[in-house]
Amino acid sequence: MATANSAAATTFTTPSDLEILITRVIDAPRTLVWEAYTNPEHLPQWMGPRGSTMPVCEIDLRPGGAYRFVSRVPDGFEMTVTGVYQEVVPPERLVSTDSWGPEWPETTNTLILSEEDGKTTISLTVLYPSKEARDVALQTGMKEGMSQGFDRLAEHLRGAA
Amino acid sequence: MATDSLSATFSALADPTRRAILARLIDGEATVKELAAPFAISGPAVSKHLRVLERAGLITRGRDAQWRPCRLEATPLKDVTEWAENYRRFWDESYERLDEYLQALKEKETTDGNGK
Repeated sequence: MATANSAAATTFTTPSDLEILITRVIDAPRTLVWEAYTNPEHLPQWMGPRGSTMPVCEIDLRPGGAYRFVSRVPDGFEMTVTGVYQEVVPPERLVSTDSWGPEWPETTNTLILSEEDGKTTISLTVLYPSKEARDVALQTGMKEGMSQGFDRLAEHLRGAA
Repeated sequence: MATDSLSATFSALADPTRRAILARLIDGEATVKELAAPFAISGPAVSKHLRVLERAGLITRGRDAQWRPCRLEATPLKDVTEWAENYRRFWDESYERLDEYLQALKEKETTDGNGK
C-alpha cells in the first residue's frame, strides 16, 4: 500500500544506459513547484543538501539563457552548478544543460512536472554522455544494473570509510 | 581531488571484468592466474585489465618478478564513492527541503489570503 511516507521518497532509476530518472512527489500544485524551480527568490531556499546555503543564484529563464548556482555547505566547501536553458515551457517542462564542475561530464536535464489531486510529480531525467559516467554517478544505493562486484565494493568502502 | 585521477578512476571502473577483479581483491592479494580463473578470458587479457587498474591507482603490484601479486588500493575508490553519495544526497535532501518550503509557502498564502 502506498503511504504518504513512501510517496514522499525520492527514487533513482535507470530508464536507459545513459540516463538517471529522479522522481519525487511534492504536496503542492505544479505552478508553485515551477515557481520554486525557476524564480531566484525561491530556489535558494531549497536547492542543495541540508545545512547548505546558496549565496549565488542567477537565472535567465529563456531558451539560450544561462543559470549559475553556488551552493555552500557548513564546512565552507562551495560547489558551482552552471548551465543553459534549452526549453522553457511553464509550468510543465524545463530542459537545460547542467555542469557540476570540470571533473564531471556535462549532462542534459529534462524536468517534467505533472499534477494530480493537487500533488506534483517531479520527473528529472539526467542524460549522461556515456554509460560509464552514468554508472559511476549511481554506484551507491542503486542496485539495478550494477554488477554484484560493484555492490560489494561499495559495501566494502562504506565499511572502510 | 585532481581532475585527472577522478576521470582515470571512472574509466577504469567502466568495465565489469575490472570491477569483478577489484571485488575479488577485497579478500586479499591475488596473482594474475588466480584473478583470471573465474573468467573465460586469457591471462594476457587479464594482464591488460590489471595495467588499466594499476594506472588508475586502484591496485598496486608486488615487486616479486614471477608472481607480482595484486593488491587493492582503496583511496581512489573512496573519492568516487564520496562523489556519488554527495550527488544522491544533493537531490534527496533538496526535494525534501522543497516539499517543506512549499508547505510553508502554502500556509503563508492561506494566512495572507484570509487577512485580505
